[in-house]
Amino acid sequence: MTTKDTGIYIHIPFCAKKCAYCDFYSEPYRKNTVEDYVNAVIRNVKAYSDKSCVADTVYFGGGTPSLLSPEQVGKILREISDSFILPDNAEITLETNPNTVDFRKLSAYRGAGINRISIGVQSMIDTELRFLSRKHTAERAEKAVTDAYNAGFENISCDVMIALPEQSPESLTYTLEKITALPVRHISGYILKIEHGTPFDTESIKNIIPDDDTTADLYIKMVDFLKKKGFLQYEVSNFAVSGFESRHNCRYWKCLDYIGIGASAHSCHKGKRFRVERDLQEFIENPVQKTIITDDNPCGFEEYAMLRLRLSEGLNVNDFPEHKSGLLKKIPELVKSGYINYDGEYISLTPEGFLVSNSVIEYLVF
Amino acid sequence: MANQKIRNFCIIAHIDHGKSTLADRILEKTETVAVRDMEDQLLDNMDIERERGITIKARAVRLKYTAKDGEEYIFNLIDTPGHVDFNYEVSRSLVACEGAILVVDASQGIEAQTLANTYLAIENDLEVVPVVNKIDLPSADPERVCNEVENVIGIPAMDAPRISAKMGINIDEVLERIVTDIPAPSGDTEKPLKALIFDSYYDSYKGVIIYVRIKEGRVKTGDNIRLMATGAVFTVVEAGFMDADKLVNNGSLEAGEVGYISASIKSIGDTQVGDTVTNNDNPCDEALEGYRKVNPMVFSGIYPADGAKYGDLRDALEKLQLNDASLSFEPETSIALGFGFRCGFLGLLHMEIIQERLEREYNLDLITTAPSVIYKVTLTSGEVQYIDNPTNYPDPALIQTAEEPMVKADILTPSEFVGNIMELCQDRRGIFKDMQYLDDTRVNLHYELPLNEIVYDFFDVLKSRTRGYASFDYEMLGYVPSKLVKLDILLNGDIVDALSFIIHADKAYGRARKIAEKLKENIPRQLFEVPIQAAIGGKVIARETVKAMRKDVLAKCYGGDITRKKKLLEKQKEGKKRMRQLGTVEVPQEAFMSVLKLDS
Repeated sequence: MTTKDTGIYIHIPFCAKKCAYCDFYSEPYRKNTVEDYVNAVIRNVKAYSDKSCVADTVYFGGGTPSLLSPEQVGKILREISDSFILPDNAEITLETNPNTVDFRKLSAYRGAGINRISIGVQSMIDTELRFLSRKHTAERAEKAVTDAYNAGFENISCDVMIALPEQSPESLTYTLEKITALPVRHISGYILKIEHGTPFDTESIKNIIPDDDTTADLYIKMVDFLKKKGFLQYEVSNFAVSGFESRHNCRYWKCLDYIGIGASAHSCHKGKRFRVERDLQEFIENPVQKTIITDDNPCGFEEYAMLRLRLSEGLNVNDFPEHKSGLLKKIPELVKSGYINYDGEYISLTPEGFLVSNSVIEYLVF
Repeated sequence: MANQKIRNFCIIAHIDHGKSTLADRILEKTETVAVRDMEDQLLDNMDIERERGITIKARAVRLKYTAKDGEEYIFNLIDTPGHVDFNYEVSRSLVACEGAILVVDASQGIEAQTLANTYLAIENDLEVVPVVNKIDLPSADPERVCNEVENVIGIPAMDAPRISAKMGINIDEVLERIVTDIPAPSGDTEKPLKALIFDSYYDSYKGVIIYVRIKEGRVKTGDNIRLMATGAVFTVVEAGFMDADKLVNNGSLEAGEVGYISASIKSIGDTQVGDTVTNNDNPCDEALEGYRKVNPMVFSGIYPADGAKYGDLRDALEKLQLNDASLSFEPETSIALGFGFRCGFLGLLHMEIIQERLEREYNLDLITTAPSVIYKVTLTSGEVQYIDNPTNYPDPALIQTAEEPMVKADILTPSEFVGNIMELCQDRRGIFKDMQYLDDTRVNLHYELPLNEIVYDFFDVLKSRTRGYASFDYEMLGYVPSKLVKLDILLNGDIVDALSFIIHADKAYGRARKIAEKLKENIPRQLFEVPIQAAIGGKVIARETVKAMRKDVLAKCYGGDITRKKKLLEKQKEGKKRMRQLGTVEVPQEAFMSVLKLDS
């Protein structure tokens, strides 16, 4: 099986300091390890090499990818360019932490080929940032955005977190007001989720975060506010000025091909889903990353619907003709409750529907 | 002439007054059980009996005792349950005995169930030997308690042995009293066999084992016996007695003895408790009087939480019925709960015990509907119907009169709680009959109460309002006309049949509101709003709403890792199985159970 195009995800599992809410895989930053890791990434890019395949997107995620030097990022991108067709209009994203970047470094990333920068702002209120155990301040975050813009990035995304303790519609609006005043084209707004086993997984934290109703109100507030500012919701947690939707992330929701490289990375490639162990050393030592198949026949109806329905575009009822009548039966009740819109072809969730999307999807597909 | 060295007796006591402990001590003293093998509550060998400290099944055990007169006696101790629900077990055992030891707690005195069981013993012409237990407690007042026994029951008690079964004090005195006070059995060993079946159980190797008291004649291995009520004939394989932990095949039994017979009996249906066993080749003239058949008083639907376990539930009920003939069940169907069984119980404790045994011993997850009594409904056509399932309650327009069962209740309580109890009984539509002082501080209250007012939680509430001091017993009185209505519960506009029940019109409103509130608490918020309504006929008398859920989303699906999202979807699919899908409403098992416990 050959693939005409793919997305390449590079996981960079290093953090200077782990955030208390985060359960993604990361290890403390060590200079030599990072160099070994970068070399292992390059070996793996080679291993997946397909000179007839277009690498439409590249995404450096983490962890904290901005702990890589611009040179290291450049090396990896050169290898991708050698092993795949990397077109000029490829979307190449690097996630950054405001504390780890400045104008010079950002300019160097731009020079190395990065054309989209995603900044972990989270909030523009310092008390909220401290609660999240983020090391940066609102001021620093603002500077990271302007530095990126001045360094030549037109496609800048910021992460924002909602459902923080004592967050009010007003304080959320303040954060969003500040961010949308900056040269930002894309915003990811995530609801804080207490992950099992993280430092936040305690009763005292759970007691101070907003309840479901308050959270839902904040979410709707965010959707409405961003819409007014020209950021349209295109996915459960993602908003963009038209034309700046994340092409890479959309590959996930559309069941398109992507190759994940690095410890804990996930792939959907050549008709299989697979993952790599959360083990940094093993990844560095193996000539080629060891993959574990999680699904050898992905993108069946349930999975496809579940992913598609995360997008505002929604699910085309004709995509799985055998399920069409089942879906049609359930549409009226959901439309009546305001959870979905249906235009005769696409089922698309409304913001209220996104909020309860697990249940809406379950209701639709089972 | 029956063996004059035999003493057949049982022990009557209120729960926690020390019956099983005394039985343990007697077993020890008579060296029926070596001290090293001794376990507490030896005769209560079901886990559930030990945990709850109660006796459910009657058991018999044979002991040898050398008395102070130098003679060796054979004691047959028949252990009996104390709770009102198991009265039928008690009365069965009594027929096999000549005497009963009445154990009374030296600080608490006589309790309602003791009273009821003692009267049963006296009615059965048993010699009652009072024993005052727990004299080691600082609060013990044996003098007062002996007075109480004399005043209330009317038997001499001032010289009753004062013992501590726990500390092993004065047990010998009890053993001597058994010899001196309880008469030896009568009966002629030469007459044709006449034996009473007082219990039976199913053994997977030997078939049905019957427990018998031989009234006349003898029986031995190889005899052909006939069970007179059913006419079934069997050949005796074993005849013997019960050791503390095993059956001892003696080859024969004779008049005056208590023992067991096994005869390759395959079906418990052939062996009705209360039936008479005789010799097929030399039968007796007429059967013994036998027992009143016990009728279940409380009914409830039992459903497997997982519909696929219906067959398992049936098997389990069948097995339980082998050892508990008082349990009745027949298949029923509920729109809400699917396939299950309508089960009849002797009372609430019996119901709880059966449910618990089904869950524990047979590993079943159950949904139980609200307990119902049997209502007697006379239709305008003149037809009389007995309704044990609210679903079958006729259209009110067709009902001429509806009647409900009443019970006569005895409540024994310290006098300080009389006010609380009267308030409770009033609230439960009780009719005060009279009040009798047992002594300066204790009172026996007589009430007539509708059975349906006590099947829910009466006992629990009584306990909590009297700090556990009051005791309670009841017996059936009969039916009285009543203003009954059927209360339906609707979820999202549809009647949930499993939640319907019959109630007195005056209480419908309060109950309806409570149930609606409970359901609101126990039905999780879901995708769609769930209106809860309680209605009589078409008229809604209470309503609540479970608001639609607001948040159920996996905000982040990072780096293309969709496994979590998929897992969640799988989990939801699984969770769905544990919920009952009623239209678009998903109702968890807990919601069905919550309406059974409205006051807690």
